[in-house]
This record gives sequence, structure tokens and C-alpha cells, in this order.
Amino acid sequence: MDDLIVEFLTETNESLDELDLDIVNLEQNPNDKALLGKIFRLMHTIKGTCGFLGLPRLEKTAHHAENVLGRFRDGDLDVTPEYVTLILESIDRIKYIVGQLGETGSEPEGDDADLIARLDAAYEGKSTGNAVDSSRESSAPPAQAEPKKAQETEKSDRPPGEVSLEELEAAFMAAPGPEGFAPAPAPAPVKAAAQKGNGKAPDSPSEDSPAPEQDGKLATQTLRVNVDVLENLMTMVSELVLTRNQLLQILRTNAESEFTTPLQRLNHVVSDLQEGVMKTRMQPIGNAWQKLPRIIRDLSMELGKKINLEMRGKDTELDRQVLEMIKDPLTHMVRNSGDHGIEKPADRVAAGKPETGRILLEAFHEGGHIIIKISDDGKGLPLDKIKTKILSNKLATAEELESMTAQQIQQFIFKAGFSTAEKVTSVSGRGVGMDVVRTNIEKIGGSVELNSIEGKGSTFTIKIPLTLAIVSALIVESGGERFAIPQLSVRELVMISSQGDNRIEYVHNAPVFRLRERLLPLISLSDILGLSKNEFTLKDGQETSRLEGVEDGDQADQPFTSDEKKGQKSLIRRGYIVVTQVGSLEFGIIVDKVFDTEEIVVKPVSKMLQGLSLFSGNTILGDGSVIMILDPNGIAETTGSLSAAEGEQQAGSEHGIMADSNKKTSLLLFRAADRSPKAVPLALVARLENVQLNRIEHSSGQMMVQYRNTLMPLVPYDSSMEIGSEGEKPVLVFAEKNRSLGLVVDEIVDITEQHIDIQISASKPGVLGSAIINGKATDVIDLAHFLGKIDKNWFKDHGDEDFISTVDAETSKSRKRSVLLVDDSPFFRNMLTPLLSVAGYDVTTLDSPIQALKLCEDGVHFDVIISDIEMPEMDGFEFAKRVREDSHWQNIPMVALSSHATPQDVDRGRKVGFNDYVAKFDKDMLLNSLSETVANARLEQKASKAGPS
Amino acid sequence: MKADTTLNASAAREYLTIVVDDQKFGIPVLQIQDVLREQKVTRIPLASPEVAGSLNLRGRIVTAIDVRRRLGVQPRKGARNMSVVVEYNQELYSLIIDRVGDVLKLDEGQVEKNPGTLEAKWRDISNGVCQLEDELLVIMDVPRLLDSIVAHSK
Repeated sequence: MDDLIVEFLTETNESLDELDLDIVNLEQNPNDKALLGKIFRLMHTIKGTCGFLGLPRLEKTAHHAENVLGRFRDGDLDVTPEYVTLILESIDRIKYIVGQLGETGSEPEGDDADLIARLDAAYEGKSTGNAVDSSRESSAPPAQAEPKKAQETEKSDRPPGEVSLEELEAAFMAAPGPEGFAPAPAPAPVKAAAQKGNGKAPDSPSEDSPAPEQDGKLATQTLRVNVDVLENLMTMVSELVLTRNQLLQILRTNAESEFTTPLQRLNHVVSDLQEGVMKTRMQPIGNAWQKLPRIIRDLSMELGKKINLEMRGKDTELDRQVLEMIKDPLTHMVRNSGDHGIEKPADRVAAGKPETGRILLEAFHEGGHIIIKISDDGKGLPLDKIKTKILSNKLATAEELESMTAQQIQQFIFKAGFSTAEKVTSVSGRGVGMDVVRTNIEKIGGSVELNSIEGKGSTFTIKIPLTLAIVSALIVESGGERFAIPQLSVRELVMISSQGDNRIEYVHNAPVFRLRERLLPLISLSDILGLSKNEFTLKDGQETSRLEGVEDGDQADQPFTSDEKKGQKSLIRRGYIVVTQVGSLEFGIIVDKVFDTEEIVVKPVSKMLQGLSLFSGNTILGDGSVIMILDPNGIAETTGSLSAAEGEQQAGSEHGIMADSNKKTSLLLFRAADRSPKAVPLALVARLENVQLNRIEHSSGQMMVQYRNTLMPLVPYDSSMEIGSEGEKPVLVFAEKNRSLGLVVDEIVDITEQHIDIQISASKPGVLGSAIINGKATDVIDLAHFLGKIDKNWFKDHGDEDFISTVDAETSKSRKRSVLLVDDSPFFRNMLTPLLSVAGYDVTTLDSPIQALKLCEDGVHFDVIISDIEMPEMDGFEFAKRVREDSHWQNIPMVALSSHATPQDVDRGRKVGFNDYVAKFDKDMLLNSLSETVANARLEQKASKAGPS
Repeated sequence: MKADTTLNASAAREYLTIVVDDQKFGIPVLQIQDVLREQKVTRIPLASPEVAGSLNLRGRIVTAIDVRRRLGVQPRKGARNMSVVVEYNQELYSLIIDRVGDVLKLDEGQVEKNPGTLEAKWRDISNGVCQLEDELLVIMDVPRLLDSIVAHSK
């Protein structure tokens, strides 16, 4: 049956019951205007809805009854018992029809001419003439038909009960309409008999039971309950479940208890109850789909497309609350499929597809989740258009796009302000869609995936939890405290062992784990929660594991010296890694113990604790203790140990296709000290040389070699490196202005062009951090550290005026010049920071101008600002404009840094207030420019100070 | 009984006396939901130090507040604590204190202003001081005590 009709029936039955009562009241208080008005409105509503739903019999009856009520209301007609009876009779008729409607889904056959005639008579103020009769009628199922038809029925060969529906219908069709009839005050008995007979006929269920029973049935089928009552019930059941869990826990410890049997019984009953109550909240997903066929139909009319919407799994049930949340996203996505996906018939034929496009909507259960798939056989996502759009919206650069897979590019449609529709139609194309869709779905703990093949079609897969009230959570222990992690974000569990594949490795202090060829950053739960081991593990006797870690850590595996290990951090040799996924970010949470998964009822934390972003709520466990529920999102956000690069990726785009991490950088790979590969940006390396070891000279403790008529200091990568006196060693020559430095390494491995993504930043001197390069964890070295190893006096002795002027001028003032470096790319920040600090600047780095402006508001001062131009959110030009407009920074010199330094750019840069414009890789230029602009600015300041005085 | 006192004594209020660090405090009886013995408390990492943790009180989660810490007094060793449960903004809080005394009926007029020399930490949570026969009673302003912690943790 049509859902609309079901809804109508429920509502109408309620209204009818009310009407009954109201009209009886009216009889007693005929002058109650308010009551009359109410009755009139109710009748009017019924009439209106019937007309809308195409129920002519009901509509007509209600219409005529409404007319009479209208006269009552206007005071033209007195409310007499006779009229009231008539109205009641009409209501009974309506009830009867509604009852039949509920049973069969359509109006019963029959004719209300007599009633209508009497209503019309009443309307004109005449007596209805048969008050007594009609009251009798009202109790019986009204069944009026003209005699001719009834006779026809009788004439047929069958016994009265076997009249087929077709025959009846035919007879009615043949009969003239009701208006052709004189009022027939009494019900036609023949028809009544026929109807009774029909009741027995199995093939004509339309009239097989009398009206009052229909009402009764419908009433028991659906019962409208206030949502609050259900919610309350749900809460109570949740509490009951928790109490049950507690009892079971107690039972487990006392196996031989007399409570065993009743408790098991209770267990089952509670489980059933929980299921039952959950069911009351469940609604078929079809409810959210109701409007879709209509939307698709309208869409195809408007756009001249032929679309066939197929819906499968309508009856899949899910929580009311969840249903509400996905209703709009679903509608939007289906609309999109119709609008963007399906082509026009001509295009489809040209592409060799059937003229009619197909959108398939599927819903099914899968492992505690509901999967909803929306697929179409349309043109798929147009990669080229998306690319163009990405470029025009400056979401990524052309080079970045080149290195992305088709799927990565497709994910851009989930970004705000993204629409590839050429035309904005009335239905879609405004670009506010898919990001909202994703946000809504993620809000309820779901995820949405997209798969599209150009020319073949697209499939969106939405995965959502069954219910929000009860979630499955993994209970873990860390630092002696237990915590719950929502199962939804847990990918897998790995047990840590001290040896072999399952051991935790360290890149300096950052623990990492090799998970199927990938480097998984790890976070220790006890660290981020501040549950220091000393304080907590002592009472559990777990400190032993920690001590062992320090004492017999196997040095062979660790590139660092034992001093460093002991001094800084204990190794984690036991416990578990909870591999967690948040968006596209995957990380491991190190915990001490893992217990069961438990069904928990998430309760919001006290207001006092709402500032803690690491927790999403708390709950009471089976054993009655309170436990905090961890929020994986919060963990991902809060922890700084997830690398800068990855963190930014996350912030910019959860699908991990943020611009900066994709910038290709040439890297020189080499080995030194140990087997692990090291990398240094090739841009920093001036030359590669092989140095004859016997030519190395020593001067005041410094190794050096004669190189191009000057002395070049040599620094071994690691002080423990054995440098013999025979043969030769590769040396990386770094040149700064006209001085140079050689870094002695063991082997030059390769030069590679890569996106470098420093995943783990290390605090080990000489290493910026680690990245996966050519599939291996590689240390990216920090040149500044090695440059710093050279005694500055050496430079002085060798007369490098420039260097002295920058370094010594500053040291003499005991204050370094401060530089603010704003660049969204962590790589450039990492590369420039050492460069600048070596040149004697005190560097502050920020990844966005917005943060910089905040600093400005906070009153922090810098001597010079270096800013990238291409940045998301706010570009360098805008940033300069803001700084220059009005801020206490307006006099600070600014240097623009950009990978494209075209004359136009330079011009524009100068206009908005940059003092200089430098290409990103030209470090000499940058340093020159810096010292010049700073010097100029000082001169200007002095001049302006001197001026007025 | 509670209803009685509110109806009859408009000027007189009943206070439950509690003791923290040998100082007697009074909390209006009507604010108190429960008095508990020492309970198992789940620690909440990263919360304000005054938040001792949370506990399960007949299926409701109650935030436990270490009143000693809030008042800046040294923690007690070895002794068993008690706590009083109060409701504030539809949430339950359990104030961990040393012990609970008897119920006193005080007239509004008996309560005097805070002495100006009172330490700020105490002044914040005190609604005035009342002279009892052999000691002084500080009227505890529970909402302010809780508010000050909320603010602190953010």
C-alpha cells in the first residue's frame, strides 16, 4: 500500500474519533462557535487530503458534509439533532470507506448519492426526512447502489457470494453517475445482500468485513507514540542492559550460585527487551527513499533524460536518528546521479548505452553496519573537468595533479565549493553538496567512498552504524587505567613483541611500526594522556618491562647510541598496537592491555570535562566502573607526534591529497655510519666529490682538504665514523656563498625525485625527520647541524667578510635578527629553517598567514617576514596586504618567496607591499635579499627617527 | 521532612556540616543529594587537578571533586574520605571531603561577611562565615566552587 495512504489513514482515524466526540458535544452546545470551527476544519482537512490522494468517494462525502457544517458555522442553520445525526452518518460513511481503504488500499465500490442528497437537502435547510432511518443506517455498513446494478449481480449464474470484482466494476462503469439519481433514502437491500455474499468470496477481499472491525485492525497495527517516550524507554533499557552486564560479571566470579538460573533467564529477557526496544526505533530505510522516485521523475522531465530508479533493500531497517541524518545526503546524492551522472538519451545512444539511464539504490546490512550504495551507469566523474576545477580553485597545482591517481582526484568533489556541472540547474550544481554530504555522514560515525570510471558510471558507498545509542567499543588499558575505543575506528590489533617482525622500531624517539610495508606512526596512550609510567605502572608491577627495555635493548637494531636511549625514553617491548583510522590518517595507539569489546552506551561527559578533546564521552562498564571513551579524532588532532606533514594533510583534506605533500623534491640518498639510508635535498648540495683520504689534512682539530685552491673543512656524518687514510670517500659539498663544507659519507646511493613527506620529526641532532623514500624509512638530514659543527673562527680566519658581517654583527648585539617564515609546505619550512638559522637568524615558522596574523595581534615582533605566495586559505599577496593595511607589522620588511617568480608576480608582490620577491630555490638570493631588506629597513627607520627631531 | 523546612523556615535554612582540613563548612541541605563513603573513582587524565575522577552512583556518572585540592590544602594520608553528592546544572558532582557532621539550622542573620583577610581560594567559594559556639562555620557556595573548576579546565 502506498505509504502516503497509510499515513493518511492513521491521521484520519484519529481525526474521525475526535469528530465523533465533538459532534456529540455540539449537539449539546449548539452555539459553541469554537467547537463548530474545529469540526469544520477537521472535515475540511479530510476532504482536502482525499482530493489530493485521489479518493473521490471520500472527497465527495466529506465535501457535502463540510457544506452543511459551513452553514452551521455561519449561523445559517440551527444545529438540530436531525442534522447532527446526518453529520454523524456522514462520519460513519467516511469511517467505513476509510476502513475499506485500510484493508484493500482502495476505496470500496459503492455510491453515496442518497447521503449526499440528504446532506444537500440539509444544506438548503430542508428536513432530511429520514432521521430515524439514517441513524439505523449509520450502524450498518452503508452499501447503496442502484437497483439495476444489484439486479445484474443477481442475474449472474453464480450464487450471490461469487460475484467477481470485475463484474462489479463493470456494472458500476455501466451505471450512470450518482447525480443522475433521485435521492434514494433507504439502502438497497439487494446490494447489502450482495455485499454480504461478497464477504465470503475469497477473490474479492475488498468488502470482506464490516467497517468497525477495519478501524479496530488499523488501530492495532500502528500506534503513534511520542518520540520522547521511545527515547526514554531506550535510555531505561540501556541502563537495564548495563545492570544486567554487572550481574553477569558478578556471576562469572561465583560460578556455583543459586542465582545462575534466574540470572540467565534475566539475561535472555533483557536481550529480547533490548532488541524489542531497538526495533521501536528502527524504521525501514524506504522511508528515507519515499520522495526519490518523484525527484527523479521531475528531474528527468526537466532535463529531458530518461532515468530508471531502482531501489533495493527498502526494508532494511535502521535507527530513526540515523535515518533522519542520512535522509538529506541520500536525496542529494541521488539527485546528483540523475543530474550529473546520467547523460541525455542521445548521448547515451552515442556512447553505446541503452537510452534509459539507471540509478540503483541499494541498502543492506553488513557486520553491524548498514551499507547504502548509490550507483549509476552514467558518464562517471569527468576527470578533466575536475582537474580544471581544481586548478581554477587553486586546490592543487598542475604538477601535484599529475602525480595523483584518478581516485585521489575524484575525492576532490567532497571539498567545499566544488561542482563540475557546467550549468547550475535548479537541482544541483551549486557546489555546496558533496562536502555537506560527507560532513553529515561522518557526523554519525559513517564514511562515504566514491568509485567512478569515466564513461561507465559512479558508485557511492555509504557505511553507517546501525544505531547511535549503543556502540561497540574495545576496552584497553594504559597506565593502569582502562579506556574504551569505539570499534568503528579500530582497524586491527597487533601484539608487540620484543623481537622479530612485531617489534616497535624507533626513528630517534619516535616509535614506528612496519605494518605490511608501510610505516605506521605510533602514539603511546599513556604519554598523550599524561599517565606517566612511574606513577602508574609501579602499582601494577609493570615497571619491570620498562627496566628490561632499558637494560637489554638490542643496540644492533638501533642506529643510535645507548646513551641516547637510556637518557630519553624507555623502549616499548610489550603491549598492543591498536591500529586506528581517522579519515585517511592511520596511526597506531600503543596500549598495555587489550580486553574485550563491550557494547556501551555513550553518555556525554560532565560539562566540567568538555574541554578535553581526547574523550568523546564516558560510560559504565559491566563491572560497574566508569570508563572514559577515547575519541580517535581528538587523539589525531591533539598529538604533535603525528608528523607535521601528515597533520596538515589531515587538516586540509581528509583524503590525504593536500597540495604541499605532493611537491616533488630532488633528493640525494646516501649512506653513512649505519645501513639506513639518509637523504638531503639536492638543491642544497653543490657538488659530489670523491676525496682521497691521504690528502686530508688536520688543522686545529678540524679535518680539511685542499679544494679548488681553498681549504674546505670536512665533517664526518657521524663522529664515530672510521675514516682511514687509504682509498677515497664520497663527500657531499655544500656551498654557502664562496665558502664550502664537505660532509663525509660512506656511499652515495641515488638521486631521486620524490614527494617527501616527513612523517616523524626527530629531535636527534642532524636529522630533520624520517620519510618513506623509495619504500624505505629514510632520515632526512639537517644541514644546519653540520654547518654548525664548523668552528666559526675558521671562517673568520679565512676571511669571509660576508659571513662575519651577518653572524658577528648579530652576536655582538646579543640578539639575532628574528625572521618569521610563513609557508604552507613543511618541507620548505624544514629546508629554509636551517639555512636561515645558519645565516644567523632566529627563525619562527608558521604554516599559514592566518596564524601569522594572529601572532601579529598578539603583539609579537619580527625583524623580517618571509612569506610563500601560493598557500591555501590566504595567499601571500593577501597576507601582505593585510599586514600593510593596518597592523603593528606594517613597517616590517617582507620578502615574498615563490616557485614562480615571473615579472608580473614580482610586480604584483611589490604593489601589495613586499619589499622583495625571491624564487624559492635561490638561497643566495634569499639571504642577500634578507640582509638587504633588513638593512634598508633599519636605515629607513633611523632616517624617520632622525627626521622629525 | 525537607519540604517542611523549606515551607516553614523562610529565614532559617538547614545546613549539613562537613569538615575539610579541620575546618567546618556548611552546605544547604537542599542542595545535597547523597552522602557517600569512599568510592572507587576512575581517574580522568588531563582533567583539572581538582577533578578526582568519575564514579558510578546507581547508574549515573558523577564527577568527583577533590575539595582539599580546590582549597589548596595538603592531601590527607591513610584516612578514609567521605563525599557529598550535589546536583548542579542537571549534573551530579561528588565533593570529596574528610567527614560529614550534623545538620544545623541557621538564620540568615547569623551569617556574616567573609573576613577580608581570607585567602582568595577560600573567599571564592565562601558565602560568609557563621559563629558557632566553639568554632566557625564557613558557608560553602557549591555552584561557585564547581564553576571555578569548569573555568579552570578550559
